[in-house]
Amino acid sequence: MTEEAYNFAYLNEQTKRMIRRAILKGLATPGYQVPFASREMPMPYGWGTGGVQVSAATLTPEDTFKVIDQGADDTTNAVSIRKFVERTAGIATTTKTSDAKVIQTRHRIPEAPLTEDQILIYQVPIPEPLRFLEPRETETRKMHSREDYGLMHVKLYEDIAQHGHIATPYAYPVRVEGRYLMDPSPIPKFDTPKMEMAAIQLFGAGREQRIYALPPYTKVTPLDFEDPFDPSKAPHPCGLCGAEDAYLDEVITDDTGRRMFVCSDTDYCETRREAGHRGKDAA
Amino acid sequence: MSLLLSVQDLRKTYGRLIGCTNICFDLFVGEVIGPVGESGSGKTTLLNCLSGHLPPDQGQVIFDTRSDGPRNTVTMSEPARRMLARTDWAFVQQHARDGLRMNVSAGGNVGERLMALGARHYGDIRLQAEDWLTRVEIDASRIDDRPATFSGGMQQRLQIARNLITGPRLVFRDEPTGGLHVSVQARLLDMLRGLVRDMGLLAMIVTHDLAVVRLLADRLMVIKDGRVIETGLTDQVLDDPQAAHTQLLVSSVLQV
Repeated sequence: MTEEAYNFAYLNEQTKRMIRRAILKGLATPGYQVPFASREMPMPYGWGTGGVQVSAATLTPEDTFKVIDQGADDTTNAVSIRKFVERTAGIATTTKTSDAKVIQTRHRIPEAPLTEDQILIYQVPIPEPLRFLEPRETETRKMHSREDYGLMHVKLYEDIAQHGHIATPYAYPVRVEGRYLMDPSPIPKFDTPKMEMAAIQLFGAGREQRIYALPPYTKVTPLDFEDPFDPSKAPHPCGLCGAEDAYLDEVITDDTGRRMFVCSDTDYCETRREAGHRGKDAA
Repeated sequence: MSLLLSVQDLRKTYGRLIGCTNICFDLFVGEVIGPVGESGSGKTTLLNCLSGHLPPDQGQVIFDTRSDGPRNTVTMSEPARRMLARTDWAFVQQHARDGLRMNVSAGGNVGERLMALGARHYGDIRLQAEDWLTRVEIDASRIDDRPATFSGGMQQRLQIARNLITGPRLVFRDEPTGGLHVSVQARLLDMLRGLVRDMGLLAMIVTHDLAVVRLLADRLMVIKDGRVIETGLTDQVLDDPQAAHTQLLVSSVLQV
């Protein structure tokens, strides 16, 4: 099939309109999960079908697009979605966070602060933060409408009782503007405080058929007990660029157990190394 | 004595079947009332209508709320009713498994209502949970164990602790001793009587076990086919039953 056979960004215009309506509704009610008629995409569920549909409805021909997967631009998921958008929309792509207008992400927020003219789109596997506590959708909807969120604290209480601390290192539940309880998608707890940002944040769950959104500067509070929220990360600097403030991946380097910690945000790490920063493992 | 609950002309039908109809009664602070009757007589329907689990077809249930005074719970909004169910009311299920979260520790179960009401201090929640476990005669060292590891009687007591922790004013109980061994029943009843006396609870206890209501209830309400056929003080009804059906109920009790 030729590239011309595709409508701009793969989806037809009616579908994009439907998705844009869901996005607008989501932006008007921050944190509320808007149902939408999710389409079959040419990739398996769990690989970002929701994020891709939201991206497709958001992109314009002038935009520059960036995709990250666990912070990295060069992993399978990121590469294939970037190629898909290049082929079906024919727009410019980049790996530079600062050059991108629309950034689709899986499980990370870029380290560099985003600006007001950028949009961050999350791939969400399970949009309902209460799902593992209450399996019935009819019940969780009622709980949301009544702000009946005591159950979530029972879960956190159980964490402390059994592990001595809140053992939820990622997808840490947040409260949006003191109203909706929201799943921030499986980003690490470290990224949660960054969600109060200048950029628009959109969340797409393809299999679960839900879209939700955060307008710029929306107040996002991690649920917590009165002991302070701890955005944990590995206690090391980055081995390549020496960054102390970035979220790190642990990389095993040989069979004898040697390992190094490197930034999970590849663009951030490269930008720092170009600026002359060096970590202890840099060649 | 002040009026806490006033029920007027309550009716609930399931199609052509009558769940309960023409129910009127008043309850005062510190009183324990026991609707009795055979299986299928409408006791549980009545209990569910009063506790907000079932919407009645007609009638009024006026409850004296702690925050806003007397309110009709039938017409109030669902969130307000849920709030009542977490604060002023308690509902103890017949089967403890229905009323507990079986995959959450005992402490989490007891603390849930506190957390739903906004308690956010882990230490405080835990202290109160321990206190309540002790009050219902469960060893505080079992606070982190799951209810699945508890015996039936302990589960029932844990359910009571979980419900009473917010100091409710009205407790609904459905067959409180069902499925328990008699010796366990006796201790549970003892504990319940103590709690009702100490906390000045108003309670409504649904059971078919007349021995249980004789111990616990001040007043009885005999129900047959969804209608109240006789009311009165417990001793009066049990020792001098007037209606034919009540006489049958009382005479059917096995005398040991």
